[in-house]
Amino acid sequence: MKYSPHTDKDKKEMLGVIGAASSEDLFSAIPKEFRLQKLDLAEGISELELKKLMLDKAGKDYSTQKLVSFLGGGAYEHYIPQAVESLISRGEFLTAYTPYQAEASQGTLQAIYEYQSLICELTGMDVANASMYDGASALAEAVILAVKETGRSRVIFSSSLHPEYRQVIKTYLEGYKIEFVEIPHAGGLFDETALKKEANDSTACVIVQNPNFFGCIEKVDEVESICHSCGALLIACVNPVSLGILKAPGGYNADIAVGEGQPLGIPMSFGGPYLGFFAVKEKHMRKMPGRVAGMTKDIEGKRGFVLTMQAREQHIRREKATSNICSNEGLMALAACIHLSLLGKEGIKEVARQNVLKSHYLKDKILKLSGFELMFDAPFFNEFVVRCGKETDKIIGDLLKHGMIGGLPLGRFRADMKNCMLICVTETKSKDDLDRFAELLGKH
Amino acid sequence: MEKLIFEISSPGRKGYTLPKLDVPDADIKSFIPQECLRKDGPDLPEVSELDCVRHFTRLSQLNYSIDTNFYPLGSCTMKYNPKINDKMAGLPQFTGLHPYQPETSVQGMLEVLYETEQALCKICGMDAFTLQPAAGAHGELTGMLIVRAYHTSKGSPRKKVVIPDSAHGTNPASAALCGYEVVTVRSDKAGRIDIDSLKAAMDNEVAVLMLTNPNTLGLFEKNVKEIADIVHKAGALLYLDGANLNALLGVARPGDMGFDVCHVNLHKTFSTPHGGGGPGSGPVGVKAHLADFLPIPRIKQKRNKLSLDYDQKRSIGKVRAFYGNTGVIIRAYCYMKSLGSDGLKDATFEAVLNANYLKAKLKNDYQLAVEDEPCMHEFVLTGKDKKEFGVKTLDIAKRLLDYGFHAPTVYFPLIVEEAIMIEPTETESKETLDAFAETMIKIAAEARSDASLLTGAPHITPVRRLDEVLAARELNLRWKKSGA
Repeated sequence: MKYSPHTDKDKKEMLGVIGAASSEDLFSAIPKEFRLQKLDLAEGISELELKKLMLDKAGKDYSTQKLVSFLGGGAYEHYIPQAVESLISRGEFLTAYTPYQAEASQGTLQAIYEYQSLICELTGMDVANASMYDGASALAEAVILAVKETGRSRVIFSSSLHPEYRQVIKTYLEGYKIEFVEIPHAGGLFDETALKKEANDSTACVIVQNPNFFGCIEKVDEVESICHSCGALLIACVNPVSLGILKAPGGYNADIAVGEGQPLGIPMSFGGPYLGFFAVKEKHMRKMPGRVAGMTKDIEGKRGFVLTMQAREQHIRREKATSNICSNEGLMALAACIHLSLLGKEGIKEVARQNVLKSHYLKDKILKLSGFELMFDAPFFNEFVVRCGKETDKIIGDLLKHGMIGGLPLGRFRADMKNCMLICVTETKSKDDLDRFAELLGKH
Repeated sequence: MEKLIFEISSPGRKGYTLPKLDVPDADIKSFIPQECLRKDGPDLPEVSELDCVRHFTRLSQLNYSIDTNFYPLGSCTMKYNPKINDKMAGLPQFTGLHPYQPETSVQGMLEVLYETEQALCKICGMDAFTLQPAAGAHGELTGMLIVRAYHTSKGSPRKKVVIPDSAHGTNPASAALCGYEVVTVRSDKAGRIDIDSLKAAMDNEVAVLMLTNPNTLGLFEKNVKEIADIVHKAGALLYLDGANLNALLGVARPGDMGFDVCHVNLHKTFSTPHGGGGPGSGPVGVKAHLADFLPIPRIKQKRNKLSLDYDQKRSIGKVRAFYGNTGVIIRAYCYMKSLGSDGLKDATFEAVLNANYLKAKLKNDYQLAVEDEPCMHEFVLTGKDKKEFGVKTLDIAKRLLDYGFHAPTVYFPLIVEEAIMIEPTETESKETLDAFAETMIKIAAEARSDASLLTGAPHITPVRRLDEVLAARELNLRWKKSGA
């Protein structure tokens, strides 16, 4: 396949205008010793052959379209209205870039402004940025903000925080001298007694994930008061769909709210592209990473939108920037914006309610089976941990034969949860799915 | 002016449906304590599906994009994004995969990822690649963390990162994010890194030199071998910012030039849609001596089965959750497969041809930023000679919008006064380039005859020139209900 339009005649004419004898001459600056003879890749193929090749690859996968999946743990299967995909596929959105020329990018800019507004409304925060790469990197940048803002170096979180998020924070902050304090969870929740002991005047921030990695709903108010009493910033890492019913970070006085926006109209896609959302209290906005769109007027007084507060960003501030982020997840933010607009005030509540009701229905069914017990008593939103009498790998393997993907085996993350599964139920599962899943589990 | 989605909202309207609840209904408070619940739900807009579709469709129509306009944004490689690639990336067997599915159920996806890593190794002359980073700057951060881990393993992380003054802003920002102090080296008159300045900057506290090659002036760093020797002699590493890789495919490989580590922007070089500012993808390639430091998991092949290997003791860890922006990676994979060995080289040849052609067409009416020599895939003009007419580069950019062209990158690189950075890419026809050149020449004439045409531009875009000072002074970053 070839996507460049030039004919031999075109090339000849162009070389004539340039005054070069051949295209080769244009590469004279590259020393001969570095010139490659031939790129060691297969020759190109037609569109038809490409399609066959990709369908063959795709055929080796078993997607959640075919399988009934109970996996969550940071990526969630929710129903996405068709309009989301149709709208973000429009070339005018899809093939534009960063809105550097505001007058020619009003579509993208207004959509970013609307997205920021929706995230603020959802999280109860004052200001949101245009997006981060994903939930984990957004959280890492939130920690950096807290460290810079407070001038302190202690970062406290619970072992109930998603393990991959913990890892990303540590990786991101390698160049800072940080004392990470991981407090072992108590009954699936942040251990407040231990937090009281650990929180001190060198603490930059306390991270609370809600619902946490085990699905449990944290006692956010208590974490907040301990955190703020020692002058640390509270970072809330939240599931946006849960905010249809759960108290929003702004409601418990969080300084920064971040999270994974994938549940808002973005397919699971094996882990990416996703959407990190990032929102702060107004007093922290000039320390915020990433782009921000703002409303303004044109010279005729007409409303319009531009990128603003750019003095925080890498292209202006270089090594003194609040972050190095440039390209973010624009199209994913647009998807979330459209998804939230379609869901609306009632829809977001209804989706959240169904997640609660359906996951609790399944929990009750599983508890009636012998050989399975609930790990934690804490309230949960749409996922919960079950301890199984048998090895999870065997159970998962058997379920797969019946077209089901069981929960997430937690043994890979924690030695003390070797036979535990994190089971997630969203609105995409019918009562029949749940009954059948419980029935299959019962055979173990 | 398109109303905000909030302004077209009307209480009670709905734009979604859910299946009827088929499990017993109950009061949520019987499951979750009241103090955990929010009093009022989030006040999201209430619109019908058609309202929503019209709103966002109309918004899209306010944008310039590759599909509708020439978009010669320097450093961004706005080439055509093939439709088939979008379609293939959107196959449900890819989009419907949960990242924690059993490995046996995702072999097709893992094959695509693994083969993409292999192809990138061949294209860049590197030994190993990670696909985890979500964008170019994310790749830079990953690269700097790898550099840091390497030096730490040798006893000290070192303190400094050396960066030319022509570099993208992300370079110093990424270095600083990793705790390094940034040392800037000058460019010489020709626009290349100044060797004496580089030598003076090198000592045993320098961890790495971040180099963009070809550089942001569109020039290949001819002395790259000497540069690599100077850097390596000091025990430092050489990093390539691969933003400009579209000039090198099938022509030369960073790995052969002495680069130890590089990032690639899949959304630029491998033609995946830029999405209004992402998602991108910024894979990082390294030479064998750095492979142990790559993020986890690594994709491993054993007996024709692929798996994700987390057991890498020296890894820097993770720079994001999961494995990478797979939707972008699949598109890039399709692109590499479609073009193949010769096709990728041809694309590079034609990208360079297009840039040189435009430069030749424009150099009589605009000043070149550096002496006239063949450029690579982009070139830089300076608008400083238009100052005498009271016209700035910004005015030229805005006037281009009136003629239906997206503006080039302006005011970058920082070392060029009133810079205009033009990257046509290989997918633009001679006719388009001619039309653009004619327009640029016309604008130069307008600057001389009636500067107000430029200073008042744009005239026919959806909005006229926007007040950025007002935006910054009276920050309005979100919609609020009046009275709220």
